[in-house]
Amino acid sequence: MNRNRYSDAALRVVLAGQMAVLGPAPGALAASPVTASVPSDDATAIHVLNRLTFGPSEKDLARVRRVGVSAWIEEQLRPSAAADTALATRLAPLETLQMDTAELRAKYEIPPDVRQQIQKARAERDAAEGKTSAAAPGERFEQMDAKARREEREAMVKQFPQLANLQGTPQKVVGELQAGKVLRAAYAERQLDEVMADFWFNHFNVFARKGPVEFMIGDYERGIRERAFGKFEDLLVAVAQSPAMLFYLDNWQSVDPGFSPRDLYRPQTMGGRPRPNRNPRPADSGPSGNTKQPPRRAYGINENYARELMELHTLGVDGGYTQADVVEVAKAFTGWTILGEGPGGPRRNKESRFAFAEPAHVKGDKHVLGFTIRNGGEKEGLEILHLLATHPSTAKFISRKLVQRFVADRPPQALVDRAAATFTRTGGDIREVLRTIFSSEEFLGPAYRSAKIKTPFEFVVSSVRATGAEVKNPRPLSDKIGAMGMPLYLQQPPTGYKDAAEEWVSTSSLLERMNFALDLAAGRVRGVSIDQRALNNPSATLDSVAAQLLPGGLSPKSKETLEAEAAKDGTNKAMLVGLVLGSPEFQRK
Amino acid sequence: MTLNSSRRIFLKSSALAGVVFGAAPRSLMRSVFAAEARGGRPKTFVVVFQRGACDGLNTVVPYGDGGYRKARPSIAIPAPKDGDAAAAIDLDGHFGLHPALSDLAPLYRSGALGIVHAVGSPDNSRSHFDCQDFMESGTPGVKSTSDGWMNRFSAALPRTESKFRSVALTQTLPRVLRGASPAVALARIDDFHVREDIAMSEAAGMPRAGRRGAMEGGSRPGMAGTKDADDSSAAAFEKLYADAAKDMLGNAGRETFEAIEALKAADPARYTPRAGVSYPRGRLGDSLKQMAQLIKADLGVELAFVDIGGWDHHTAEGASTGQLANLLRQLGGSLSAFHDDLDDRMRDVVVLTMTEFGRTVRENGNRGTDHGHGSVSFVMGGPVKGGRVHGRFPRLSEENLYEGRDLPVNTDFRDLVGEVLVRHMVVSDLRKVFPGYEVKPQAFVGALRS
Repeated sequence: MNRNRYSDAALRVVLAGQMAVLGPAPGALAASPVTASVPSDDATAIHVLNRLTFGPSEKDLARVRRVGVSAWIEEQLRPSAAADTALATRLAPLETLQMDTAELRAKYEIPPDVRQQIQKARAERDAAEGKTSAAAPGERFEQMDAKARREEREAMVKQFPQLANLQGTPQKVVGELQAGKVLRAAYAERQLDEVMADFWFNHFNVFARKGPVEFMIGDYERGIRERAFGKFEDLLVAVAQSPAMLFYLDNWQSVDPGFSPRDLYRPQTMGGRPRPNRNPRPADSGPSGNTKQPPRRAYGINENYARELMELHTLGVDGGYTQADVVEVAKAFTGWTILGEGPGGPRRNKESRFAFAEPAHVKGDKHVLGFTIRNGGEKEGLEILHLLATHPSTAKFISRKLVQRFVADRPPQALVDRAAATFTRTGGDIREVLRTIFSSEEFLGPAYRSAKIKTPFEFVVSSVRATGAEVKNPRPLSDKIGAMGMPLYLQQPPTGYKDAAEEWVSTSSLLERMNFALDLAAGRVRGVSIDQRALNNPSATLDSVAAQLLPGGLSPKSKETLEAEAAKDGTNKAMLVGLVLGSPEFQRK
Repeated sequence: MTLNSSRRIFLKSSALAGVVFGAAPRSLMRSVFAAEARGGRPKTFVVVFQRGACDGLNTVVPYGDGGYRKARPSIAIPAPKDGDAAAAIDLDGHFGLHPALSDLAPLYRSGALGIVHAVGSPDNSRSHFDCQDFMESGTPGVKSTSDGWMNRFSAALPRTESKFRSVALTQTLPRVLRGASPAVALARIDDFHVREDIAMSEAAGMPRAGRRGAMEGGSRPGMAGTKDADDSSAAAFEKLYADAAKDMLGNAGRETFEAIEALKAADPARYTPRAGVSYPRGRLGDSLKQMAQLIKADLGVELAFVDIGGWDHHTAEGASTGQLANLLRQLGGSLSAFHDDLDDRMRDVVVLTMTEFGRTVRENGNRGTDHGHGSVSFVMGGPVKGGRVHGRFPRLSEENLYEGRDLPVNTDFRDLVGEVLVRHMVVSDLRKVFPGYEVKPQAFVGALRS
């Protein structure tokens, strides 16, 4: 495997214990590679696998043992460009993952006018029956069983022949996204790639069930993945200009209050697509069927993106911005919209890419965080993104989140400060910030081992990896993750999921975990099989089972309990596997 | 030795011996809980959290204020008008209920439901994350608070044997209930048990939920049908967590098994909704329906929490119909079903709705509203002084608005919660519940009788 452009010798530079004194190396533009003096003992190897992957698998553990911990970390930080063909084979059946937004919308999106008619008909029917259907779009459909879904679908196609051309429901798109995420986490060789893609998606969270966002997530995630180890500012700009984020946080329709949508469709203003539409669709996918509403549409500034940009994406809520800054930033981003989606835009254009609509932009200088952003159209937004990406509060906020992800729920401040210093020194180089963290004593030392509780996603996937289970159908797994409180791509608020134990430890989710563990071990999770011969053979002992599933080991008391269980007449190994996976020890990482 | 502690020991030892939990004498447990209800039933406080910041002005509409319509050209709710289903439902000549809340109108008129307007948290960050966090920690502006106010209140109550004193019908334990006192989170009461071992149950022929087919290669000759092994995995898990460290994970594990035992004993699933009561479909209706079951099963519920998200309507909020209307219909239908379902038990139950902040008085450029400040709460049951809109409500002219744009917070949510805790839960010392804040009866809006 092509490790990277650094030689092994070059790797052997930094001593973990000396990180604090080293500080920024003078003139060192290049990386300060992860130390080679990292102990390569098993405990360290297991710890590193626990944090940099979705759980140790036999194969990965063997590899770390062979190449050593630091070389393995470097491999993960600078993975080979060679395709992960085994993973690609597993993903191949999920056909919608290969499609871009335009293709997905063409094949799976219910045309807005049809959707409105369906919703109206449904609301009328419910009203007539005295029922409420307050369920979010899609939720109602999911509450039906397979037969009801099929009947509903057939009835709809009969009523709306336009639907016959669609290749499936939008639900399929989200389902395949979830399935793909589970498969990648379980089987990708470049595990850290998956961890970081997940980290950044969660940092820049979007909700799949808002309007057409579900069709935009594939492209969105590809954009994030490509930049997951690069410069933070590049990532920030990519997100700011992504249709998914523009739609999710409403910026696509944030415009100068004096703007009239007709101005927009002079040919020169938006990529030369002069197709005025006199009946713009309602601003969101939600039903809005009150015929008594005034026909005129209100246009103006929407603060949603501007606020979350500073609070969640960059500075942090205590990063030093005010409500006045929110308004100014919102003005600067007016006109950042989605081609084909913008206010009054031609609805049939499903290209869904970023566009700047000059006529919708609020003119004039903007005053942000004590700086003046000169009147400059699209450039204003880019200047603000630069200002935010290079702001010290952002260095701290991003570093803190990364340290929380990889080290401890309550991040050790000294490490956050060093990571933030690296962030600032390298112009927001994510890979370098990770190196600072991974080579730190806080990360490598014993202090925080097993200190983190797995999230539901990590727990389910790590069970698959530990058991070496064969996943033929990932849907039941993603459903379980949802049942544990972490539905993938379906976290509605922009905060994403919290990365701290108190979020995931509750009576309810623990019970879900225990039951999942038993189900998985007993082969009761549909579409997932465990090699029973390996785990349930007569010569397998508790020790051999535990060594495979939990290389970090069971506590003496747990061992005692499970030994007593194993000694019981008739207890089979599958049950022991379930008990180990549901044990307190396996919930930690 | 008290009856209660002997019950625990009985349950523990029987569990470890592998006796089916459900076989424990139900009559014994029922009497234990009955004995516990000191001089009658315990008082219950149910918090309904509307996550996402509900638009209080379109929920309880100040239609009598000309500024309201002016600020909301496309989303204002029309003033009450006979025969107009899209109009607000008049409450007092100034305020009206959103038409989708029609289920609440009879409760308001009968005095079972009160309203507190211009209520909220003093924090001005307008951040969902921070403001929910502060409203749940009970310490606006102080981020280091690690526990929630409901949890601290639970600690202030006399000891109980009930495992369900604090309960949330949520998958993850909400911030407001996190802390040193035990609290149960459960998503579905009929699913709250360790899956029994399948191979065993197939043979034993015991009708239980969760059974789906035999495991591969897992037959166990000689063991089929014996009760001994039936709950073996449950018992082993219970032991694993009983031995675990006394940290968050270990505690939650132990609370899980205690809650399982209590649920099996009380069997709340028996308490189906009263005839004629139907809860709306959706998460809130489901949650309140199950909460009613827990309360009716005398499990000792005192602090209860449910939530419903989706209130963040920056775009296309809708007016009489639309996104907000759909959610309000669910809210109103669920509250009124809960009220009718609990019937005379509502004397001992107070329900309070909360949301992290309100929304801008003016609609924004997308027929929605942005993050604001004050919002509205409903108070139902117990000693509520219903049939009126409490709290100081300003005229909606710019100079009266918070930062020139939002409904102000004239009632701090801690004073409203404090009023419920003092007048319904009958605990007067709230210094530990809201550290750094003095809850003063003079500040109570009078939503409850003292």
